Amino acid sequence: MQASVERVKTPYGIEQTRVLLNSNYTAAYAIRDVGVDVIAAYPITPQTGVVEKLAEFIASGELDAEMIHVESEHSALSAVIGASAAGARVFTATSSQGLEYMHEVLHIASGMRLPIVMAVATRALSAPINIWCDYTDLMNARDTSWITFIAYTAQEVYDSLIEAYIVSEDPEVMLPAMVAYDGFWMSHTYEPLYIPVDREIVRKIVPRRSRITLDPENPVTMGSIVGPDYYYEIKYQQVVAMEQAYRSVRNADRIIEDTFGRRYEPIEVYRVEDADIAILTYGGIYGTLLDAVDRMRERGIRVGAMRIRLWRPFPAEDLVSKARNISTLIVVDRAISFGASISGPVALETIAAFHRVGSSPDVISIVAGIGGRPVTERDFEGMVETVFKLGRRAREIGTLYWGVRG
Amino acid sequence: MIRIRGVRDLPREEYFAPGHGLCAGCTAGTIVRHLLKIAGRNTIVVNATSCVEVSTTMYPYTSWRVPWLHVAFENAAAAASGIETAIRVLARKGIIDPGRSVNIVVLAGDGGTYDIGLQSLSGMLERGHRVMYVLYDNEAYMNTGIQRSGSTPLHAWTTTTPLGKAMRGKIQPKKPIAEIVAAHRIPYVATANVAYPIDMDQKFSKGLSVEGPSFIHVLQPCPTGWRFDPRYGIKIGRLAVETAMWINWEMENGNFRVTTRVPKRKHVRHYLEAQGRFRGLTKEEIEEIQEYIDKEVERINKLVGEEVIGPRID
Repeated sequence: MQASVERVKTPYGIEQTRVLLNSNYTAAYAIRDVGVDVIAAYPITPQTGVVEKLAEFIASGELDAEMIHVESEHSALSAVIGASAAGARVFTATSSQGLEYMHEVLHIASGMRLPIVMAVATRALSAPINIWCDYTDLMNARDTSWITFIAYTAQEVYDSLIEAYIVSEDPEVMLPAMVAYDGFWMSHTYEPLYIPVDREIVRKIVPRRSRITLDPENPVTMGSIVGPDYYYEIKYQQVVAMEQAYRSVRNADRIIEDTFGRRYEPIEVYRVEDADIAILTYGGIYGTLLDAVDRMRERGIRVGAMRIRLWRPFPAEDLVSKARNISTLIVVDRAISFGASISGPVALETIAAFHRVGSSPDVISIVAGIGGRPVTERDFEGMVETVFKLGRRAREIGTLYWGVRG
Repeated sequence: MIRIRGVRDLPREEYFAPGHGLCAGCTAGTIVRHLLKIAGRNTIVVNATSCVEVSTTMYPYTSWRVPWLHVAFENAAAAASGIETAIRVLARKGIIDPGRSVNIVVLAGDGGTYDIGLQSLSGMLERGHRVMYVLYDNEAYMNTGIQRSGSTPLHAWTTTTPLGKAMRGKIQPKKPIAEIVAAHRIPYVATANVAYPIDMDQKFSKGLSVEGPSFIHVLQPCPTGWRFDPRYGIKIGRLAVETAMWINWEMENGNFRVTTRVPKRKHVRHYLEAQGRFRGLTKEEIEEIQEYIDKEVERINKLVGEEVIGPRID
């Protein structure tokens, strides 16, 4: 469904249409506009909308690409690896168990330095089977060397997918990238966003680049066996590429801003300048958090909001500098790292980021929203009240499991 | 399609370089060498994790003079599907030369085909990608050290099917993989044997010429895993056909044909006794294998409608 409401021009003269889309369809529009050659995907809730919409674009001729209807997610990623190695621009999408089923291939895609882009509509993991949103699936892919964006609006899904291709195909980076967004909360809810009227604008900012491919004219061996005398160096090159990816993401942010007038930062903040306490989170609930902050501000609580938009590479320096004046930082994770000293994966990362500079606010880890449990404004207000009430004890508890009955 | 009537018809070009680390006497190297001669330079090979994969690409060296890709154990067919699709789309868009025809060849062992790779293989066949899948079958997981696979024949010893009082080697017969593949109704399926190179090469050539998937199942005697002197690989391959432990056939658009007729076949013990993996079997067990083969021969002859595999002599 695409209800064209109005057309706007950016300061740079690019004409855009305001449309109403869910994040799944938004992802499909972004892929149509970027222009890919090969798509391989396997159906899983809540990701399916992306692939259905792309199939429609291919059927109508709006997208000149081919879809490989694979028999599993493992084969989906394997097929796009093959296609990417042969020189095609590729795309896939998945969720939850599908991402887990791909897991070994995630490492292969990045180890082979292929510019593959994937959308992930996040969803809880079995067992028990649960099709609703949390981020445990995405967090399990943390160490796979994929550049990882977490969007919080449909607009950001669109822009981040464009950025994902800019960064992945950057010759200094050459790593796969995923763009995650909340399953159902975003994948199935409609939001207004702007997309360019002329998709050539997108093609122009994501130009095709030549790279080493499987070409009989220049035969190469890809995916060979590497022993202890070279393997470490090849892996270290991925470390360097990830560092380079940060600079490349910032460059892509500038391109998006210059083209569409929309500005993104790896760490986004709201009303933190004079805040004593702030809540850091990611994904769709950031919108709820912004409202909660306004409500608390009305009651005189000096609270701010923060969001990680870039999960890998982790923007540690941005986080530290933006949380400089905060004395208490609540990190709300919709994922559990079972048995960890701090169960929130992003809370752990936050603590590690401050460790590097020596001084740190009190970082309080809160787990919430597991398996699709709603997180409302009232929940965020309650979290702040609870942390105030607990005082120093909040930190000693390790992780607060918000709203769990037990 | 190149017609191969004798060794003189084989192209002189070598796309498989020497210096690889395959075992002495390994017949997989022979298969690959022939395969690449037939396929030629406009070929992309996708190799599943296997003996050939690890022993021909030890970084920074490679034995491959054609583009080669390895992704993992179970997904060579999926990766090949991606390559085939990519080349078609890129040629259509004019990004690569639309005039050039490129052969996409999968090379996988029995573990990567019968067992862990069966799902992605079935997907590739069902979708009809123009890929030739070559299975080199040494009847066990040789790369990890001779463990039983779905291909291991009845009563064969492997490290996970030892011969003891309670267990007598592998207790199940070999899975009929080529027939499972044929059930997908693809244009061309064949079984071949490295000891019959002209027949094998002709099948590679046919497999590459069809529009759609093709599957060539090649028996590959393995000195290390089958326990025989490295000089006897071809001899054992021949014994497999002469005893009807192996039958060379092809199925072209549904038409079944045995390509190596055996007017009189030998008792299976000639094949079994040449290999250490069948050592220690009782007479009864050997006869059990013989009975299984007799039934197979009967079934094949019935399928063809004449006696292509002849009566048994000792």
